[in-house]
Amino acid sequence: MIELNSKIPQGELSEKWTKYKAAQHLVNPANKRKLDVIVVGTGLAGASAAASLGALGFNVKIFCISDSPRRAHSIAAQGGINAAKNYQNDGDSVGRLFYDTIKGGDYRSREANVYRLAEVSNNIIDQCVAQGVPFARDYAGLLDNRSFGGAQVSRTFYAKGQTGQQLLLGAYSALSMQIKKGSVKLYERREMMDVVMIDGRARGIITRNLTTGEIERWASHCVILATGGYGNVYYLSTNAMNSNGSAAWQCYKKGAAFANPCYVQIHPTCIPVHGEYQSKLTLMSESLRNDGRIWVPKKKEDAEAIRKGQLKPTDIKEEDRDYYLERRYPAFGNLVPRDIASRAAKERCDAGYGVGTGHAVYLDFSSAIERLGKDVVEARYGNLFQMYEKIVDENPYETPMMIYPAVHYTMGGLWVDYELQTTIKGLFAAGEANFSDHGANRLGASALMQGLADGYFVLPYTVQNYLSDQIYEAPISTNNPAFDDAEAEVRRKIEKLFAVNGTKSVDSFQKELGKIMWEHVGMGRTKESLQQAIPMIVALKQDFWQSMRVTGDNNSMNPELEKAVRFADHVELALLIAKDALQREESCGGHFREEYQTDEGEAKRNDNEFMFVGAWEYTGEDNEPILHKEELNYEFIKVQQRNYK
Amino acid sequence: MKLTLKIWRQDNAKSKGRFETYHLDNISPDCSFLEMLDILNEQLINKISHPVCFDNDCREGICGMCGLYINGRPHGNDDAVTTCQLHMRHFSDGDTITIEPWRAKPFPIIRDLVVDRSAFDKIIQEGGYISVSTGGVPDGNAIPIPKNKADEAMDSAACIGCGACVAACKNASAMLFVSAKVSQFALLPQGKPEAAKRVMAMVKKMDELGFGSCSNTYACEAECPKQIKRSNIARLNREFFKAKVVSEE
Repeated sequence: MIELNSKIPQGELSEKWTKYKAAQHLVNPANKRKLDVIVVGTGLAGASAAASLGALGFNVKIFCISDSPRRAHSIAAQGGINAAKNYQNDGDSVGRLFYDTIKGGDYRSREANVYRLAEVSNNIIDQCVAQGVPFARDYAGLLDNRSFGGAQVSRTFYAKGQTGQQLLLGAYSALSMQIKKGSVKLYERREMMDVVMIDGRARGIITRNLTTGEIERWASHCVILATGGYGNVYYLSTNAMNSNGSAAWQCYKKGAAFANPCYVQIHPTCIPVHGEYQSKLTLMSESLRNDGRIWVPKKKEDAEAIRKGQLKPTDIKEEDRDYYLERRYPAFGNLVPRDIASRAAKERCDAGYGVGTGHAVYLDFSSAIERLGKDVVEARYGNLFQMYEKIVDENPYETPMMIYPAVHYTMGGLWVDYELQTTIKGLFAAGEANFSDHGANRLGASALMQGLADGYFVLPYTVQNYLSDQIYEAPISTNNPAFDDAEAEVRRKIEKLFAVNGTKSVDSFQKELGKIMWEHVGMGRTKESLQQAIPMIVALKQDFWQSMRVTGDNNSMNPELEKAVRFADHVELALLIAKDALQREESCGGHFREEYQTDEGEAKRNDNEFMFVGAWEYTGEDNEPILHKEELNYEFIKVQQRNYK
Repeated sequence: MKLTLKIWRQDNAKSKGRFETYHLDNISPDCSFLEMLDILNEQLINKISHPVCFDNDCREGICGMCGLYINGRPHGNDDAVTTCQLHMRHFSDGDTITIEPWRAKPFPIIRDLVVDRSAFDKIIQEGGYISVSTGGVPDGNAIPIPKNKADEAMDSAACIGCGACVAACKNASAMLFVSAKVSQFALLPQGKPEAAKRVMAMVKKMDELGFGSCSNTYACEAECPKQIKRSNIARLNREFFKAKVVSEE
């Protein structure tokens, strides 16, 4: 039976991390190189953790699903990274960033973790500048900022519309330096298939070599999982094609609790779906909401005429446009948090005011172009406009962009304590793979902050603390019977997938699962829709194991097999998302249960019954998982109804 | 749209490759090039045939994973896009499209259209970084950087490491890739202390790995999806010369 002990240090909020660091155990330099650390994933969290632990002198192995660490999907983050530098003198502080993040997460995250995140945010900016990350600067040569949703200060640092790319390349360069020094070894084109447990601790992993099909064993004193989120359970999402929740799911099945799986972020500004063949959705950065105004026609007949192609958006007069975010939320306007902006778009489209296919709203830059000039708009968002034009074949300088919400980020993930350790000893989870800092909704530009905070400034301390007594352990051997068992299990799973030998492709199942999830476990959920979804997912899983076909073999590069392995886990994960959404009889952040809303259509929390982290324990293939509750105690913040009006 | 595809198929690095011909019908012009290949693969799977392997990941032009040689041009016939951003509206009904992997000695073929680009990582590992460990760094605003320099460094840093420059070059030169990284750091004060060491080490590794020399045809610039400028190559040459002549190392 799992026990949730968050291990939050005692004392004042602002003292906790300082006190932890002062009291943590250290490992002397000579012993560090005798200790092996495995990092899975090379995104912001994984690369920065591996680079930092390597620099400390630990023996690090890092595994990457693509051909290079630089491909990890952190690279696609566009808008920016938050930090409480207060360079703009506009009232920012660590306390303000902490408060905004807790409020943005709809009071469903842990105070101590979030405070630490805000505290180390400033170090991240310094670190990245030192690495040569070319952040945007003003004419004095100092760092520039922009605004993001859910904040009334300008605290977002950016590098054009490619901030994630530049931060990832920074972490990749730090990683490359350690690889050159020999403290980190890189294994590319590997997929983690299982975590290996010896005497109740994580002691290594099993991987599949995606080039040769070999099943490989790797031993270590601890394992850090930084494999990102599970948004691709929904098929159409802003995630990369190879992003998947499979590694985290393996950890769950070995005893790591999975927290808040129902907290899935739907991003308001994505390019709308346009065809059956579509493989992914492309995000248009939240930074566009700094200058873009979101609207739909005020009159239903205008919306209908636009959908039929009889009217163009530019034909609609100013007074006939409904800038619904500015109307509903005058204080934050177009910069309300993502969950709120997404639901507001859905509400308008469901009411019949949608444009395009009916599932789209306008993001209009005409007033910004008028106010600032085309040059300024181009300098700020040029690459995003170009990206839009390439996909949609329309010029956003002349006609408004069309956008619609899409699955983007998963706040849920492996449950971790203050040290980012899961309920499995020696297994840590970082970045999007853990659940820790964003509560029920993540604010824009906070994912980059959290990934790098975990990797650069939290894990190097907490992992060292864990490893301090591991020097007494004999080196872990891959000849241990636990490795035999784990490898045999992986081989059985692969054989089982080939043995189905049905008629349908894996993609067809993932598309079907995506439809079920989007319609029933998407932006608006009800008890009824969830109760319908559960048997549909179960039936789809059965069908998969009866009529799916994997072509090719296991001894060479075989993307079909990779997809099948991932789908087998995704369909199970989908079920847990639905179950979690069903038990949480309230609306909060990204989890909107339509039965629980205020008269004005806002999310209505139930703090008396649901102010807890829902962490699920696996109990076997055919058994119901057990829900454990970590109560959230707000000692330092007054819990309120979230208000952006 | 009706299309005829001639695609390079090769089982592994050692086996002999060949072109195979496939026919597709009903392709929407709004479909992306990779989605068109998804449709082909779905058909191949239904015929119990092995689908075509091709690298791809983000499908929004930033990860640098995809890269196909389409009708003789890296990333196809649209400018400033990666293969995943290329849309079928740039082709006509009835077209025959030839699809090949990157062809360059330092990028050996793994399977079909997938090549091994780890040579790029090896070049970066030689010096494509500022040697700073985590922590103990000055405040982000301690050293002001003129806006034009920061912007120029950003333009160089925009390289996605896809390898189109190498594929486009008749010499399979990696000069544009290497020069983009050298330039980014040469333009920033943080990169100055190691500038000479960096450029020497990266160029040496590039040569060792079998990339060819630059003979100034600039096919790399013409085909770069991120429009990395050839002026980076000029800067690389200056940095290299400076390091040779005045460096104390």
